[in-house]
Amino acid sequence: MHTTSGHCYHCGESIPNGLNISLTIENKTHSFCCHGCSAVAQMITENGMEGFYKHRSQLSVTPQEIEETTQSELKIYDNPDLQKEFVFDFTHPESSTELKQATLIIEGITCAACIWLLENHINTNSGVNSFTINHTTQRATLCWSPSLVKLSDILLMVYQLGYKAHPYKANIEEEILAKERKKAIIRLGIAGFAMMQNMMFAIPLYVGMASGISDGFISLFRWVSLLVTTPVVLYAARPFFQAAIRDIKTRHLTMDVPVSLAIGIAYLSSAYITIFGGKDVYFDSVAMFTFFLLLGRFLEAQARLKSGQSIASLINLIPPSAIKIVNGSEVVISVKELKVGDLIRVKPATLIPADGIIHKGQSSIDESALTGEFMPVNKQANDNVTGGTSNVENPLDITITAVGANARISSIMRLLDRAQTEKPAVALIADKVASYFVAAVLIITASVFIFWWFQDQESAFSIALSVLVVTCPCALSLATPTALTAATSLLRSKGFLITRGHVLESLALTNELIFDKTGTLTKGQLVISQVVSNCDLNNSKLFSLASSLEQYSEHPIAKAFSNNHHYSADNISATPGGGIEGTINNHKYRIGHIGYAAQLLDNELSDRHLQTPDKGHWLALVSQEKLLGWFLIEDAIREESSLVINTLKQFGYGVSLLSGDQSESVFTTAKTLGIDTAIGGASPEDKLSYMQKQQGLNKNIIMVGDGLNDVPVMAGTQLSIAMGNANDLTKMKADAILLSSNLDTLLLALKTGKKTRKIIRQNLSWAIAYNLIALPLAATGMIPPYAAAIGMSASSLIVVCNAIRLNK
Amino acid sequence: MEILYILIPLSIFLVAIAIFVFNWAVKSGQFDDLEGPAHSILFDDDKDMIPKEAQVDTNDDSQKKNHG
Repeated sequence: MHTTSGHCYHCGESIPNGLNISLTIENKTHSFCCHGCSAVAQMITENGMEGFYKHRSQLSVTPQEIEETTQSELKIYDNPDLQKEFVFDFTHPESSTELKQATLIIEGITCAACIWLLENHINTNSGVNSFTINHTTQRATLCWSPSLVKLSDILLMVYQLGYKAHPYKANIEEEILAKERKKAIIRLGIAGFAMMQNMMFAIPLYVGMASGISDGFISLFRWVSLLVTTPVVLYAARPFFQAAIRDIKTRHLTMDVPVSLAIGIAYLSSAYITIFGGKDVYFDSVAMFTFFLLLGRFLEAQARLKSGQSIASLINLIPPSAIKIVNGSEVVISVKELKVGDLIRVKPATLIPADGIIHKGQSSIDESALTGEFMPVNKQANDNVTGGTSNVENPLDITITAVGANARISSIMRLLDRAQTEKPAVALIADKVASYFVAAVLIITASVFIFWWFQDQESAFSIALSVLVVTCPCALSLATPTALTAATSLLRSKGFLITRGHVLESLALTNELIFDKTGTLTKGQLVISQVVSNCDLNNSKLFSLASSLEQYSEHPIAKAFSNNHHYSADNISATPGGGIEGTINNHKYRIGHIGYAAQLLDNELSDRHLQTPDKGHWLALVSQEKLLGWFLIEDAIREESSLVINTLKQFGYGVSLLSGDQSESVFTTAKTLGIDTAIGGASPEDKLSYMQKQQGLNKNIIMVGDGLNDVPVMAGTQLSIAMGNANDLTKMKADAILLSSNLDTLLLALKTGKKTRKIIRQNLSWAIAYNLIALPLAATGMIPPYAAAIGMSASSLIVVCNAIRLNK
Repeated sequence: MEILYILIPLSIFLVAIAIFVFNWAVKSGQFDDLEGPAHSILFDDDKDMIPKEAQVDTNDDSQKKNHG
């Protein structure tokens, strides 16, 4: 029995017509969309973990077949020199065996069942001591015994299940944040316990004062409150005091100063009253005030830690390696150790680590990251190659000509540094306002205290305290961060990762967007967009012939021809930069560049036939007798691009296209999408100067790009957004990352930016209005300190709830 | 009411214990992953522990179709 739905049992993708891959799991037959999925499903069931399919709440990611290159790449991680960077030695406490420990980033986890599956599968390996995945960070901690199993084998097991894993080294900043988080939880816990206890003792005090209780009980309650509150002030509130001292040293007032004053003075005076006797104690206010402030800070820090972790996960911090050829044998070394004159080997589908000259070999080089050109460039011996571009099909031996500061990539980096220093500063105004506000609060409190001191010495202190607490700019200082946090987490869940503080504000101010072409508006993948038949064969027959030849090629063009091959071809020979020749049913065919393909023709054809049907990049398919047809190769435009551009124009945003691609396709893409301003063949310098000209016209610009050539211009714009498939450097330097690589999310981000600004304004108005009303009431002595603390909390709560509306 | 002189110090003592335990729990990493345990409890495979004759295979809906 077959499942009737045409969707893959493992990943849920629709199954291509005519494909029949099936597998029996628990007495039921299921169909799969590819061999990768069925292999993973088989592996899962063979290990008795079919429960995975029962428990999972999200479909799995379609696994990619593990290529030999991946396996050899993983072997690099066994290199002891490289392992120094991310592996720790450690001895098992019980059996005292030597173990190694590493943190891994796992890609492709969609739900909790994935974690269960991975943990169970990896732990079946006898050499693995423990393998646990943190659900929140999606990082794995692996302990293994190096004498029993190699790290690369464990990584391979992860790949076999259809996930990806790479070692990860936490940076110092992140480690500190994680440590701070633990401390913050303890602080919050202590303040929370103390608050509850204090309430319990405060209520009998307030009620008892009215109905009359014995002095012995009053003294007991006060002493116990003092005992409970002391750890709050000494430990839980310590961050406020530390920040206040720092503020006073740097002469920059923040909210921490009045907060510390309020906590410190209230505590000290209450302690004094407890010991020597007096009217009122404020321990309950101290604990409650501290707890709510800590809670606000904790939630904010939590959101920051989470985005920090997602950013770190994107960037592989392990130094890239290179294969150096020493006396004819291959040695894996770190890229940092490369020197000018070294001979290195670059395998297919890997990055070229440094600038150099090809010594031996011939291959296509994908330079799209550097130039924006979507077609790989053919290169052979004595041609120059640039570091950071990638080798496509054949191994190359390269002599290094430039490393470090002299390399071409470094010159882009220098341009980047320059652009960054010229970056306009947008924010910091709110910070200044808060500073003045704090100064005002302190002055008012002091004057209120002095005024009441002459009127009524007894209550002067409690009134001044009320003023300090009630006007605590909590709501004011929470107004902006809570809204920003809510919007940031909303956008993150939709695949828009914000990495800099000013992004949401800039989103709201934007009126012009500049897009890169390759990989941004387009997919950066080649497709056949048109087939022109030149003989009696129909298009699908031509396509099938072409696919049958192309299936043997590694070139990106070959991937444009799907697996729709019905013929078997032999005698295949590929000419880099030309095309492919092969024999099908005893007929010789060639597909490729017309200059190459035409050489197969016996007779001379008229120029009319050799002319490509239209502008663009055409491939010719020829038999020995004649030219059979043409295929137009294009970089496929993303499905959503057109709609997104139209919507942007509707809302009045300016849109332009800026590409390094030299070809005509820049303008055809612009025309298809309805973009009026398009500039092709732009170098990074050109892009930067165009953007600066636009900024001179008072435009607030967002640059959306993915390549290295976009990096300088991205650094110079108010807001830069990198696509999720961009290279590490681009992502690292961008203000925000479109993780989903779906441009629709950009519209949502722009909308959220506007909405966030609205919410911040509402919050600020409310906070200011509250302070204006509460201040006179407190200054006239109508609000006791405990009510002030409640009022402060309530006003903050309203601000927080308003901000949470953003998440809806 | 004099019992309060004993009860209140007792409650403080209990709070101290609670804070001590909480402190230990945070430091031993029990608060590092707040989402995972909620899911992982569902995955503990207890199929082996259920006696054969008591097993009801809820997944096998092919039988139902054959009968109907």
